[in-house]
This record gives sequence, structure tokens and C-alpha cells, in this order.
Amino acid sequence: MAQRGVAQRPGGRGFGGPGMFGMGPPPAKTKDVGKTLRQLVARLRPERMAITVSAVLALGSVAFTVIGPKIIGNATNVIFDGVLGRSLPAGITKAQAVAQLRAHGHNQIADLVSGANVVPGHGIDFTLLGQILSLAALVYILSAALSWLLAYIMAGVAQRTVYGMRQDVEAKLARLPLKYFDSHPHGDLLSRVTNDIDNITTTLQQGLTQLLTSTLTIVGVLAVMVWISLLLAVVALVTVPLSILVTLLVARRSQKQFAAQWARTGALNGHVEQMHTGHALVQVFGRRQKAIDEFNQQNQALYEASFRAQFLSGIIQPAMAFLGNLNYVVIAAFGGYRVASGAITLGDVQAFIQYSRQFTMPITQLAGQLNLLQSGLASAERVFEFLDAEEEAPDRAVNSLSLMGEAQGRGQVALEHVSFRYDADKPLITAFSLEAQPGQTIALVGPTGAGKTTIVNLLMRFYEIDGGHIRLDGVDARDLSRDDVRRVFGMVLQDTWLFTGTIRDNIAYGKLGSTTEEIVAAAQAAYVDPFVRTLPDGYDTVLNDDASNISAGQKQLLTIARAFLADRTVLILDEATSSVDTRTEVQIQEAMARLRRGRTSFVIAHRLSTIRNADSIVVIDQGRIVEQGSHAELLARHGFYDTLYHSQFTDALAVAS
Amino acid sequence: MGGLVRLLRAYLRPYAGAVTVVVILLLIQSIANLYLPNLTADIINNGVAKGDVGYIWRTGGVMLALAVVVGILAIVAVYFASGASMALGRDVRRAVFERIQQFSAREMNRFGTPSLITRNTNDVQQVQLFVQLALTLLVIAPIMAIGGVILALREDVTLSAVLIVSVPLMVAVIGTLMIFAVPLFQSMQVKIDRINQVLREQITGVRVIRAFNRRAHEKDRFQTANADLTGTALRVNRMFALALPALMAIMNLSSVAVVWFGGHLIDSGQMPVGNLIAFLAYILQIFFAVMLATMMVIFVPRAAASATRLEEVIRTEPSIADPVDPVEPGSATGTVEFRGVTFGYPGGEKPVLHDLSFELRPGATTAIIGGTGSGKTTLLNLVPRFYDVTGGAVLVNDVDVREQKLDTLWRHIGFVPQQAYLFRGTIADNLRFGNDAATEADLWHALEVAQARDFVAAMPGQLEASIDQGGTNLSGGQRQRLAIARALVKRSPLYLFDDCFSALDAGTDARLRAALKVEAKAATVVIVAQRVSTILHADRIIVLDAGRVVGIGTHRELMSSSEPYREIVESQLGEEAAA
Repeated sequence: MAQRGVAQRPGGRGFGGPGMFGMGPPPAKTKDVGKTLRQLVARLRPERMAITVSAVLALGSVAFTVIGPKIIGNATNVIFDGVLGRSLPAGITKAQAVAQLRAHGHNQIADLVSGANVVPGHGIDFTLLGQILSLAALVYILSAALSWLLAYIMAGVAQRTVYGMRQDVEAKLARLPLKYFDSHPHGDLLSRVTNDIDNITTTLQQGLTQLLTSTLTIVGVLAVMVWISLLLAVVALVTVPLSILVTLLVARRSQKQFAAQWARTGALNGHVEQMHTGHALVQVFGRRQKAIDEFNQQNQALYEASFRAQFLSGIIQPAMAFLGNLNYVVIAAFGGYRVASGAITLGDVQAFIQYSRQFTMPITQLAGQLNLLQSGLASAERVFEFLDAEEEAPDRAVNSLSLMGEAQGRGQVALEHVSFRYDADKPLITAFSLEAQPGQTIALVGPTGAGKTTIVNLLMRFYEIDGGHIRLDGVDARDLSRDDVRRVFGMVLQDTWLFTGTIRDNIAYGKLGSTTEEIVAAAQAAYVDPFVRTLPDGYDTVLNDDASNISAGQKQLLTIARAFLADRTVLILDEATSSVDTRTEVQIQEAMARLRRGRTSFVIAHRLSTIRNADSIVVIDQGRIVEQGSHAELLARHGFYDTLYHSQFTDALAVAS
Repeated sequence: MGGLVRLLRAYLRPYAGAVTVVVILLLIQSIANLYLPNLTADIINNGVAKGDVGYIWRTGGVMLALAVVVGILAIVAVYFASGASMALGRDVRRAVFERIQQFSAREMNRFGTPSLITRNTNDVQQVQLFVQLALTLLVIAPIMAIGGVILALREDVTLSAVLIVSVPLMVAVIGTLMIFAVPLFQSMQVKIDRINQVLREQITGVRVIRAFNRRAHEKDRFQTANADLTGTALRVNRMFALALPALMAIMNLSSVAVVWFGGHLIDSGQMPVGNLIAFLAYILQIFFAVMLATMMVIFVPRAAASATRLEEVIRTEPSIADPVDPVEPGSATGTVEFRGVTFGYPGGEKPVLHDLSFELRPGATTAIIGGTGSGKTTLLNLVPRFYDVTGGAVLVNDVDVREQKLDTLWRHIGFVPQQAYLFRGTIADNLRFGNDAATEADLWHALEVAQARDFVAAMPGQLEASIDQGGTNLSGGQRQRLAIARALVKRSPLYLFDDCFSALDAGTDARLRAALKVEAKAATVVIVAQRVSTILHADRIIVLDAGRVVGIGTHRELMSSSEPYREIVESQLGEEAAA
């Protein structure tokens, strides 16, 4: 009597997932279902043994579940036969009893008795009943055991598959070129590797098993029903097309309402997001009442849309229940009539009552499961798309820094006729040549978009050059592994990225297995130690998700400490101190000067005061070097740098007047 | 759990009528559903067994009528349930939104903006979904279970013994499931968040990870998180894998037992045979209800967590609110006075600002400069009363800000925050944010002053050009200039500029300040800045160091009188320029 649909839904996440209660967003369309299915099947290949076993188990479990009511029906028959038998006088045969009944005008009962397996005068055959019920109990226990095994194995299949997918996605992230990250919205990327994977989990966990067992159940029940009584089966199935029709009708209508509900939700959430993000502005600009009014208006619209959607989709359940009851009534009445006329046994009617329930449930659930499958496929497609994205060219690594005696080299960096473009049709860096001797500080200055940060991207091999060479201690960077190249550089970027964790761990990120002494020394060098010590938890203070519990300047100091600790031969500082106040910056500069001793540095800074003391200042405009020399030399030249420098400082007001 | 109950109690109250109707309807529905098998029993006992076909059809008709009535009642119940649950969602959402609107900067910081957004949207939705399900499906479970037992008892006490064993057994299975699965579900959520966090960090921090060659470390971190999640998910799923067949087995074995014992009762003439069939149907009904109840395991923890988070917001009293007896300032000239102001953040050991006293007059530009963490922005935030002073007083328009109505205070302030946030809409919508009545000419004028005229004029649609949420389709410098223009359109006697020139190049910065000087001639202007060049020509410069005023005066005066100021200038301009 198991209602597979409900019983078999393993309790994974996503009970409220797409399609379940119509609360999820409308399932996205899959562009190429065939391809996605093939990829999904390929993913499941390592589990084919388990899946084969599961299929056999499902078959067995469904078969036992389907046969159960029939056995119970037989037991009912034994009881009913006993009741009839007892009501007849003992010592006569069944035929005699029927004849007697007809003689007395009890034609109905005569029919009933003739259709039953009656021994007049004998009550219920408890030996037989015991045997039948023992069989029923055995069948039910087996059915439960098999479905337990099935769910147990399938949970493993789903979890292992998704585990593997997550691992692949993560490994893929490591192999993608920086270009991919820079050219795809992070939100979309994140959604693929998190939400979509979650969605696939739900589908694999619930959808597959359910789809299988629902289909098997429908087929099995149908077969048994026809076997017992074709006529009754037809009567019982009358409501099936009716329930499909109702579901379709309601679904079509509610789909529209759900679309409206989602559009309203999106609009309202957008408003909420904006008003909370711009909270202070809303207050000071006197927009609170307007914000609330607009919210209320949209909130009311959402309420109306979701009420309609929920009500319409909510009708399905009672409608199905009604059809179920209708079915029950028809079977009970019509079945009763047939029993009375001896055409069918009472036990069969009783079995039918259970079958009809077993039948309608999976049918109505198939719709939901197909929805789930559809949404899971759409997610799978998005994940596979990501997994198929073009990867970084493999390392050539024909050379290695360690082969050259020094793990990190001496720090000579040369760019020779380097050219590069992000977009095929927009050359950015052309014929760029620059050489930094070990220990030199090279400053890169120039207007926004001149290509300063691009040079950093190329040095670090975040992007590959299109032409020319970058040589580290004379070795072409492309002949080294990317890891080797990056081992040369210590980097501090304008975008101060810290991960969720303690301050200690964040600084220690620069160097594997660093000691507390080293961490504190690095923090001191970056002038962040006194600040860290004012925090209640000191170095164990946990930075939250977006590190909003410390200021931008302090974040920069931490990233500088991290780079200090990494202790690389070449330092790259891209606007590393832009959020630090100038006095602290001067102090850091001094510390860096000490650290830079013997190290080559590339410094990019908006504030020209930061780079005055560089050995060589390289002025870049539109991807080319327009001037190069020391601060004094460049000022004396009265060129690009001189204008830039003075516009930033003393002549600031003169420009305006 | 407690949070959910409290929240529902408070916000379902207006819909108590609807909820009562729903519960009564479900009750009737359940009883009717349970009564149907009873009629089947009659059909068998009085119709089939006695060969009375007419009785069979008559009773069948009654059953049909009953089914129709149940169906109609159920639809009415869904109508009221949907209404009540969606209305509850709407009301909670509104309560949260309105409460957040009253929050001061302190509460905003305490919760964090992203968290508040999630609470106002997703959390409300979780609770709403739960109520909808509870009112349509979950409530049925106990009614059916109890109703089924009662009816069964009425039918036959002896046979009911089977139910008295099996129903508690099923409840025990579900109870055990809840006890073990609910914490696992919760820890699973934490682990999913953890995985998502690691992935998010790998995406946003890709440069740092690669630069520091920490791939192996990240891989380990992820693998640990992934294995951890998989392990927990597997445990939860295997728990369900066991529990659901167990429930099935209990039900099916109950049927077997009913037939066995029923057979004996029937044989001894204590029960008519139709009742046996009815009994089997009861068990089926009860089983369905119990299966629905297992969904509680999934929905309750989620809804409870959301409810707690919502309650936190709704129960938080804003630390800053309108005074009981507000004082209306006599004139709105834009004067600002700090009287011995001390300020410390809650929980902070040391105050951020110490004993600040100064006065800002209309027609003058005052610049505030100081190192990272010296308290510049904090000082500025005290003027619009984003925070309340912990000592002393801040006066705007000669009245303590704490004695003014917030809306009155804010009406007189033109504010440009550090983060130039723009709203989705057109440029004109954004500029009119503080002044709906501004004409197009006013807007262009403000853009002119803010040095934004040229780029706006070059945009397709100009003033009607659309802006993405947050202004992400503009550069940082463009956003800053629009944010400044927005403040200018409001035309206030007091302007607060919080380091909002940082993304401008020096030339634009200088031109903007020159234009501003003319535009805001009569107003009080406060500029917080990092760059000395931005504030060099201010009428007055206040130098902050570690929360104390260490110099007030013009650039010239300060160069001779204030050592910290000289240091700042020298650090930026070099000694030769400062001389």
C-alpha cells in the first residue's frame, strides 16, 4: 500500500525546490537537452554498477509493493468466505447451498455465494488466513527492505556524483585563464558553481529514483488491476485523464500567475536592496516616506500576485483529492455491486481501492518530477558549459628557476618588445620594452587606462603576451611554469582581497608554515601591528565575509604585510597604498625601502608623491612608454610627467582659475 | 523554534479568523475523509453481504455527495490559507522594511546591509512558505492521526489496539528522525555556506591565490569542505532512506495485523466484515497524514532560523529616534557647532573622538584632514546624527541635533558619502532624489558645477540615460560627480562632502571646488579629504589626529603652527612644495 511518491522522496535538500510547490523560479529552458543528458549520463558512468543494482532493487521493491494489496485482498476473501460459510447450514455442498438460496428467492446472495470459495457451515479458515498473512508480511518487509537499500545506494550515487562534480568545478576554476574571471560577472559564475550544483544534487537525489519508481509503480499497478478485473480497471481509470486534464488546466493558469509572482518578487527585492544599500542617502535626502510608500505599493502587488498563484496552484491538491475520493466511491459502489452479483470477490475490490490510490498519486507527481528534472537539466547544462570553457594553455616549463641555482632568481626583469591586447581589435600594449636591474625600483605612472595594471597582469602571467618576450634573469617567462614565474613576485594590489579567517591566517597566506614571529615581524614592517593589537582578539580577530569590520586602509596594510612575509625577489605594488593616509604611507615606504634592498620593485601609484624616489619612473600613455627617467630628470624635461606632477600638487587651483 | 512561534503568534493574529476557518474546514474535511471508509463498511455490511443492490447505490450516492462537499471545503480552505499566509508574508516584510528604515548607522553596521537585505527578502519568503504549507498540508497530519484513532476506537476497540501500537510507533520514527535529522540539516546548511564561501573566495581572490602559489592550499580547503558536506548529506539522506521504508513497513504490517485480528473478531461475530475494509482504509489515510508530517523535518528548521533572524530585526529598537518634544530651529542658516564632543563606538575600548569643540559658519568652507583612522568620517557622521555623541553636543542651526526631528535636520543637509551610490533609474531620477521639484535647468546647472555636464551630455539620452543599480555602468569618478550633483540639486544650507573627490583627477577636482565655491557661497561646506591639494585653499582646516583636534586654521597658519599638519603636507607634496 505504499504510496511511492511520498514514501520514496529521500529527504535531501530542496523539498521546496523548483516545481515542488511552485515556489521556485520557473524552470529555465535547456538549450540542448540531448547533449546535456549525454554529459550527465557520462558523469554517472562510474556508478553504473550501483545504478544497475538500484534498478533491480526498484523493480523488486515496486513488484512487492504492487502485489501486497492483492495478497491482503486474498486474505479478505478468506474471511468473507468464512462469514458466508458460517451463515450456511453445515453438511451441504456449495452447489446445494446456492440452489437452496435461489429456491428461497435470495438470488442476490446466491450469486454472491456462487462467486465465493465457500464451504457451508465452516467459518474462517485461520490456517489459510495465517499462511496468506504471513506471506503478505514477508512481502511487505521485503518491499521495505528493498526500498531502504535502494534509497541507501542512490543516496551514495547522488552524493558521490555531486561530490565529483564539485571537485571538478573547483579544479576547473584553477585551470581557467584570468580572462575568464575578468570577462564573466562573478555573480553568474558563483551561481553556476553553487546554486546550479545544489539544484543538480536535488534532482539526482530525488528526481531519478522517484521518476523510476513512479513509472514502475504506474505500470505495475495498471497490470495488476487489469489482471484482477478489466471492467473495474476501466472504471477506476476513468478519473485518470480527468486528473491529468485538471492538472494541466490549473497548471497553465497558475504558471502565468507564478511568472507574475516572480516578476513582482524581483522588483520588490530590487527596491529593498537599493533602499537598504543607500540607507543613509534615503534618510538624509528625506526619502524615507517615499521609500516606504513605494515598498508598500510593490508589496501589495506582490501579495496579490502570490495570492493568486498560491490559490490557483493550491487548488490542484484538493482537486486531486476529490478525484481520488470520486475514484474510491466509484470503486466501492460499483465494486460492491459486482461482489453482490458474484462477479468479483470482496478482497479484489478492497485491493482495488488501494490500487486506485497507488495509481493516481504517482501520476500527479510525475508532473512535479518532470519539472524538477527539467530544472536540474538546465542547471546541469550551465555547469557543463562552465566545465567546457577554454582553459589556460598548459605550462611549457622547459626551464625551471630552481635549475638556475637560486629558487627565486636575482630579480632582473626585462620586457622586450612586448605587445598585448585584451580585445582582438584593440591593441593595448605595443612594442613595450623595459628593463629592471636587480634591486631597482621602477615606477609606472600614467593616466587611467594607460595600461599600467596590464603590465602587472603580464608580468604575473595572469595574461599571456601576444608578442615579444618577458625575461626573468634572462629566462623567457613562457619557458617557465606559471608557478615558477609567480614564485618570483610578491604582489600587492589595489583590490585588497582578504579571505574569511583570522588576521594571522591572512598574513600567513603569504608563506606556507610561517611562524608567529615572522607574522608579527611582517605586520610590524607594514605598520599594521599597533592597529591589530588594539583589536580585542588581536591577531586572532576574524575578518568577516567582506572584511567590512576593518577599514580599507587597514586592509591594504594587511595585504602589504602578507607580501612582506612572502619575501619574494621582485615586488609589485599596484596602488598598494591608495587608501592609506600619506603619513603612514611615508612610513611604509621607509620600511619597504629596507625590504626592497636587493629586491627589484615595480610600483604603480596614482599619487606621484609615492614614487618620487624611484630609480626610474616610466611614464605610460596608451600602452607606450612616453618618458622614462628619475623624478628630477623628468621634471627637468617639462614634459608629460611634469604636467601630471604639477596638476596634482601646487597648481591645482591655478587650473581652475 | 520559539522565534517562529512568537512571530506567527504576532503576525497571524489579524488573520486569526481566516486561520480558524482553515483549521475548521480541514477538520471537517479530515473527518469526512475518515467517514468515507465508514460508508464503505455500510455498503459491504448492509449491501453486499445482504445482497441489497439498491442500498449499495444509495450509499454510493451519499459518498459522492460527501466527496463533492469535501472538495469544495478544501478549495475554500486553500483560498483562506493562501490569503492568510501571503498576507502574513506581506505584513512581516513590511514590518521589517519599515523597521530598517528607522535604523541608524549603528544598527545598519550591527546587522550589515547584505544580511538585512537577505532577511527582508529570503527569510520572509521562507516563513511565508512554511505558513502556506502548514495551513494546507501539515495541519492535516495531527487532525488525521487523532481523528483516525478516535474513529477507529468508535468502530472497534479491540482492533484499534493495532492503531494504538502503530500510530505511536510512526510518531516515534518521525520524532527520532526529527531529533537526528534537524541538527544535521542545520549543519548541512552551514557546510553548504562554507563551500560557497570557499568558491566565492576562489573567484574573487583568484589573483592573490595564483600570485602566492596557494593552489594546493585552496584545493585542500575545498576538498575538506566538500568531503565534509558530502558526509553530512549522505548521513541525512541515509537516515531518510531508512525512516521512510520503516514508516511504510509499520503501516503495511498494521494492515496485516488488522486483517488477522479482524478475522478473529468477524469469526466470533463481534464485527461485521465491512468494518475490516473500513479499517484498512483508515490506516491508509492516517499513513498519508503522517507522511506529510515528515516534511516538517525539512521545513521547520529553515523557517525557525528565518523567523529568529526576522525577529531580531523587528525587535531591535533604533538607537536614534525623533525626540518627544522636537525643537524647530529658528533659522536654517547651516551653522554647525561641536561642543566638547566625545564619541566612542559601542564595545570600543577607546573613544574615537575626544572633546572636539569648534564652530562652522555659513559662507565658509571647512576642510577636515587627518590620517587613516583619525576619525574624520566619524566626525562628519555626527552632524546628520547617524550616530549620537557619547559626550558633549552637536548643534545644527543652533539646536542640538538630538532635539530636532530627524526629517527636519536632514532637510537642511546636502550629503555626499564616501561611497558614491546611485539608484537604478535615469540620471534625472537620481539627481531629483532630494528635490522632486527641480527643473531640467536646475539639473544641468548642478551637473555643470559638479563637472559632470560633459559626460552626461555625451551619454545617449542625456538626463534620461539609465543607470544600473549602484551606478555600476559608470566609472568611479563619474559616480562621484553625479553624487555631488545630486546633493547640489537639493539646495541645502549645509553641505557635507565625505572624501568624495578621491576618484577625480587633480584638474577636475580643482575645477569642481572652484565652481562649488561660487555655487555654495552662502552655505556651510564641510569637506573631508585625504589629499592636501583638495583642501589647501579651504577657509579653515581642522586637523585631526587620533580623534583629537591638533590644529585649526588656514593652510598658512597651520604650516607654522601645526606639526602634524606640516607632516601630512610634506608627505604628499614634498618639502620643497610645502615651503
